[in-house]
Amino acid sequence: MRMPLSWLAEYTDLAPGARGADVAASLVRVGLEEEDLHGGDITGPLVVGRVLSFELEPQKNGKTIRWCTVDVGRNGQMLTEGKHQEIVCGAHNFEVGDLVVCVLPGAVLPGGFAIAARKTYGHVSNGMICAEDEIGLGHDHEGIIVLSRLLGAEKAASVEPGDDAIALLGLGEETVETNVTPDRGYCFSVRGLAREYWHAQGSPEGGYRDPAEIAVPEATTGGYAVELKDESPIEGNDGCDRYVARIVRGIDPTRPSPAWMSKRLTQMGMRPISLAVDVTNYVMLALGQPLHAFDVDRLSGSIVVRRARGGETLKTLDDVERTLHPDDLLITDGGEQPLAIAGVMGGASSEVTDTTTDVLIEAAHFDPTTVARSSRRHRLITEASKRFERGVDPEVTAAAAQLAVDLLVEHGGGTVDPDVTDVDRTTGRTAYLLDVTEPARIVGVDYPRERVVGILRDLGCRVEESGQGADETHVLVTPPSWRPDLVDAPDYAEEVARIDGYNNIPSITPTPSDGRGLTHGQKARRVVADALAGAGLTEVLSYPFVSEELADHLMLPADDDRRHAVRLANPLSEERPLLRTSILASLVDTLRRNVARGHKDVAIYELGLVFRPGASLGTAPIPGVASRPDAETLTRLYAAVPDQPRRAGILATGQAEQAGWWGPGRAADWSDMVAAVQAAAAALAVPVVVGNDAGHAPWHPGRCARITLADGTLVGHAGELHPKVVAALDLPARTVAAEFDVDVLVAASADPVQARSFSSFPPAMTDIALLVASDVAAADVEAALRSGAGESLESVVLFDVYEGERIEAGHRSLAYRLTFRAPDRTLTTDEVNGFRDAAVAAATSATGAIQR
Amino acid sequence: MSGPNTNYDPVEVSALDPANVDAAVQDALTAIAAAASLDDLKAVRIAHQGEKSPLALANREIGALPPSAKAEAGKRVGQARGRVGQALTARQAELETERDERILVEERVDVTVPALRRQLGARHPIELVAQRLVDAFVGMGWEVAEGPELESEWLNFDALNLGPDHPARQMQDTFFLDPVDSGLVLRTQTSPVQIRTMLEKEPPIYIVAPGKVFRTDDLDATHTPVFHQIECLAIDKGLTMAHLRGALDAFVRIMFGEETRTRVRANYFPFTEPSMETDFLCFACHGEETWGSAEPCRTCGGSGWIELGGSGMVNRKVLRTCGIDPDVYSGFAFGLGIERALQLRHGVQGMHEIVEGDVRFSQQFGMGV
Repeated sequence: MRMPLSWLAEYTDLAPGARGADVAASLVRVGLEEEDLHGGDITGPLVVGRVLSFELEPQKNGKTIRWCTVDVGRNGQMLTEGKHQEIVCGAHNFEVGDLVVCVLPGAVLPGGFAIAARKTYGHVSNGMICAEDEIGLGHDHEGIIVLSRLLGAEKAASVEPGDDAIALLGLGEETVETNVTPDRGYCFSVRGLAREYWHAQGSPEGGYRDPAEIAVPEATTGGYAVELKDESPIEGNDGCDRYVARIVRGIDPTRPSPAWMSKRLTQMGMRPISLAVDVTNYVMLALGQPLHAFDVDRLSGSIVVRRARGGETLKTLDDVERTLHPDDLLITDGGEQPLAIAGVMGGASSEVTDTTTDVLIEAAHFDPTTVARSSRRHRLITEASKRFERGVDPEVTAAAAQLAVDLLVEHGGGTVDPDVTDVDRTTGRTAYLLDVTEPARIVGVDYPRERVVGILRDLGCRVEESGQGADETHVLVTPPSWRPDLVDAPDYAEEVARIDGYNNIPSITPTPSDGRGLTHGQKARRVVADALAGAGLTEVLSYPFVSEELADHLMLPADDDRRHAVRLANPLSEERPLLRTSILASLVDTLRRNVARGHKDVAIYELGLVFRPGASLGTAPIPGVASRPDAETLTRLYAAVPDQPRRAGILATGQAEQAGWWGPGRAADWSDMVAAVQAAAAALAVPVVVGNDAGHAPWHPGRCARITLADGTLVGHAGELHPKVVAALDLPARTVAAEFDVDVLVAASADPVQARSFSSFPPAMTDIALLVASDVAAADVEAALRSGAGESLESVVLFDVYEGERIEAGHRSLAYRLTFRAPDRTLTTDEVNGFRDAAVAAATSATGAIQR
Repeated sequence: MSGPNTNYDPVEVSALDPANVDAAVQDALTAIAAAASLDDLKAVRIAHQGEKSPLALANREIGALPPSAKAEAGKRVGQARGRVGQALTARQAELETERDERILVEERVDVTVPALRRQLGARHPIELVAQRLVDAFVGMGWEVAEGPELESEWLNFDALNLGPDHPARQMQDTFFLDPVDSGLVLRTQTSPVQIRTMLEKEPPIYIVAPGKVFRTDDLDATHTPVFHQIECLAIDKGLTMAHLRGALDAFVRIMFGEETRTRVRANYFPFTEPSMETDFLCFACHGEETWGSAEPCRTCGGSGWIELGGSGMVNRKVLRTCGIDPDVYSGFAFGLGIERALQLRHGVQGMHEIVEGDVRFSQQFGMGV
């Protein structure tokens, strides 16, 4: 919401010498955030110009500039050289004959940009043709300002080349723009902002002049017939509880809006259109009451406010034919023909035109929920709907209509009908019993009773003694009509804190007493993340949105649980409507992006949630909020939220170890992936078992490890991706990957690690070579050796694997070093040989291994 | 012991002649000095100290001398052998030192050639910033709470006083699931974690909830559809806005240093009443207003203050929904975006770098920030 300082000064006294930044700072103190400052920092000459001619000149840089001759009246080059202004312009949104805004040499634009004649594109450009953002009028930089579009053709017709554009556009004074929060609908008006500024100044006596306090005639019975017939109120609230209709006849449609009004509308960021429309907008900006102007000649019956019927349509002012919903509240002609969606937008059929002489002004109070729903349903956010859904003052209605009537009579030459329609079903606000010590308890500042009562009265509340409570601590507070947000004690506490000053609130560090630190799971997850980084992997984050084809590209079997993905109703991209069921699903994009950027050796990982809804998505109940839902409802609520296990995904391509002065490098392979998962498990001291897995997508069937806990619980998979997956996903050849369930590892690590004692006697080592069939897993051989070697076995290391001519085809030789150590003595050679033979025997019996 | 040699004539025993002994010593010392290597010295040692060396032969002659002459000859030869031995030891040490030094020189390498054969890994700074904040609050006695990213609509909106028609609910652009009546959404804030905690845990509650949240914004310099928030919730007896401000100040000090100042102002959030917005003094321009100047501060945009995020006293309606008696307990909540904290604290210019996953981005932060 914008507000020129001169308008603010009409309703309240500005602090002496206050500039825009000071006003903005004052408003910040009472909770209205500064958004921007416009105007006030521009010095001329900034004048109206008429484009007389231009030549298109293509440039080497690909742009085409326009070399323009502009009539700027008796200014600039006309004074010094006796010719029209010559200006280079890069914009293309204007024609010869258009009125534009020219800044001439000697001017200074916002931000201190001094304008001088300068050589550019082979010409001397004597100034610039301006865009909105260059002169601080708005943020638009799509093209230059064409005045007929900015001000409307009517207004532009009264403007001459050479006119001062600073005055014309109201750039001479500062306009403050503030951000209005949803609870402060009344601040969508200069009336409301002025009141807040007055509060920020300490609410001095007589310092605020309410523009709504104007004389309004009593309602009569002979006015334009209006019926409020809401037969299906939403949540028990009538869609419309007040409707004022006033008629002004005999307006001269050729009369323009007064210059001061056009200027203010422009300053507020609105476009002047015609007197009738400008007046409704002006009153809305002044008082916060949206108005609608109907052409009386285009109405036939009484105005009936009702809900829409199924199948009804209305062509709104924006020329869109809209199908109405039974929840839409309508203004209708005689109960039949829809005229407007109440509080949102009028219809084309009854809008005022450039021949309208008799106008019906509607000032009504509509239900916020009704307007909010219609606005959302029709995707129509209008100046009116913004205000109604935040709550409009139900007592400003008649004054707003009166102000509009007065302006139309004064500037349009019309005559007001003596009858006043005012259908008023509003019920006043009820008083709230407030404990005046409550603000202190909520805020933490010891506000005296008088301070609390004084602030509430300044805010417009009626405060009466209740005679209740010890020491009369309770008062009856009736909030002002423009503050629907004031309901209970915290609301009033906020008002007291806000007006007294939030910065008076002290800072006291809270001191919780029984914190237990991070949970085991939280610590363990950090350990996993650090271990993976320690293994040389770089952590990245990826979006969880994936395509439907991805499951096929990953070669997931038809019955794979990972094919059951959650689908978004409104994905950012229709190409990625699903949520990932594995980390790898979204991590592949990240790997590809890195490769595309020229990184050849990439090893990345991500820890995150995946979404596993199972065969079908549940439906979560939406209970009421008046109290805690019952246990059964909560159980259903929690259960409906799909399973979201925390997993880690790893991808690598290129060299795992670099080539260098030491020799050649080593490409990342399946074993790096297995090692990374083992590193994560080892970091949590969780033993894992590695087995071959020939059938798990998206891995290479011959190069995939299945990693489990000792009890067989699946942890994850690691290895090389299937070549077809690599091709389908356009990944580098031989890309390797791992994915594992972090939650499983963390759960397995839950018990404290129990220490083992170490022997201080010397170890005894013995090497063996075993010939086994090629399809026997090394892990199985090792397990057999361990089982046969006895308790003195300390370690088994596979130090060589040989396949080749020297051994039988279809076999390989596995060379192990067995280390034995006893807790209580030095083992003899005979003992060690015995253990070794027992180990070999076990391997032979389990795997057919033959000692070489 | 041999018997006295009555026929002995000392004059005939030339090996024991003082002049000869001196000559033998001189020969030995010269040879020792001339030995250029440990191998040379080894040969010298054999020649001059070995069994067949002149001094060894002389020593052997002493036994044949009459007792009266033994003492003097023994002394002479002993001293001679001692001098040679000392010279040998000294030269040995010298040559060994030379050799050791030479080896060190010969073994010199250029240690400036690349040493890292393997890439080093790194954590993502979003995680690191979150950990830093979490750790500081845990240190003050708070605990960490977490919840699902795909969340019940009721927990994400309704329970937070964001009814279906609330204007604030429209401010948020939510990813809804298909079918839309599933009552499930991608959470738009970490606040449902607060609701879950309040529903399941008795006060006092002091939790910090970091996590991923989702909104239907396209990626640009300041927006990303997937980002991270961290929220704090405290529910206890007697908590006031002063405690809220204290917690916020702690938060800001952790992120931006002890010197940081805050200002607070009223704002509106449905979840809280009263609500509060916190700004902290811009660390780049130190609070100088540069609105409308030729070069407004890039960090704060010119106001001199940087918005931290929304906060407030937990709305009584929310407490009631969670089964907490608002007449007994009060509480506060606040939160902020971690991406924004990362951008501000570490000078990250845009959002793209944070979300794209380019390994260079994470690697510049290492394992901790």
